[in-house]
Amino acid sequence: MEIQTAKEKNAVVVSVQGKIDAVTAPEFEKAISNLIAQGENVFLFNFSGLQYISSAGLRSILATAKQLKPKGGNILFSGLKGPVKDVFKISGFGTIFKIFETQEDALK
Amino acid sequence: MAIPATITLPAKLDSLYDFMDFVSSCTREQGFSNERIGEIELALEEILVNIFKYAYKDCGLNGDIEITCKLADAQSFAIEIVDSGIPFDIFSVREPDVTADIDERQIGGLGIFFVKRLMDDVRYRREEGRNKLTLIIYVVGRQGDAAAGCRKRSGGNPPRPAHR
Repeated sequence: MEIQTAKEKNAVVVSVQGKIDAVTAPEFEKAISNLIAQGENVFLFNFSGLQYISSAGLRSILATAKQLKPKGGNILFSGLKGPVKDVFKISGFGTIFKIFETQEDALK
Repeated sequence: MAIPATITLPAKLDSLYDFMDFVSSCTREQGFSNERIGEIELALEEILVNIFKYAYKDCGLNGDIEITCKLADAQSFAIEIVDSGIPFDIFSVREPDVTADIDERQIGGLGIFFVKRLMDDVRYRREEGRNKLTLIIYVVGRQGDAAAGCRKRSGGNPPRPAHR
């Protein structure tokens, strides 16, 4: 898993490549927690390079979302494809989060 | 990898990728589509992580997990996952409410839900002090099987199990 972050307009874009699974999810969650500790509270997770996500990854996302909500923060998603898109659909995450086709659409 | 084949490794997170590589090499050899191979990988991760955590770690136990890939019958590929941890029937896990909002959404329970949704059949039994969980995947999902089905309908040779 590789994580790149970039500050855009009113959101921090977090682009993730590879897999968020039981091995890598803690690292992913920690990276986001560090950004929240720095005062960031609106995130766009660009998953166009993400090939795989398991329930461990969803758990990290949900924990982050629960942490952000009282702060008025938010998580947007873009670029979901293939198995990642399917996992979002089956889990209902596709309806509880705002999902955009592309990063550009999300940042409009 | 030709089947039947078995791998035994310690029941800990460090073994996860070795278990997944082993099963994926079996499912590739069986000719499943990349999409199906990915779904099987996901189900396997969910099961294994559950065993690492609940059957062993939470109870301070160490042990191994044994995985066997085989054909259950001509129509089904089977992945048998055996551990000696505490009894754990995945059917006793309550299904998560996948319509709940962020606030009400419980963390956990999703992994087992994925396994039940993605596999064609899941069987559990406690036998000789061991948990035996079998994931069944119908072989009709394999690449080339659609053509075999056409041959059958047109009165040609029935599809044969692929022993390669």
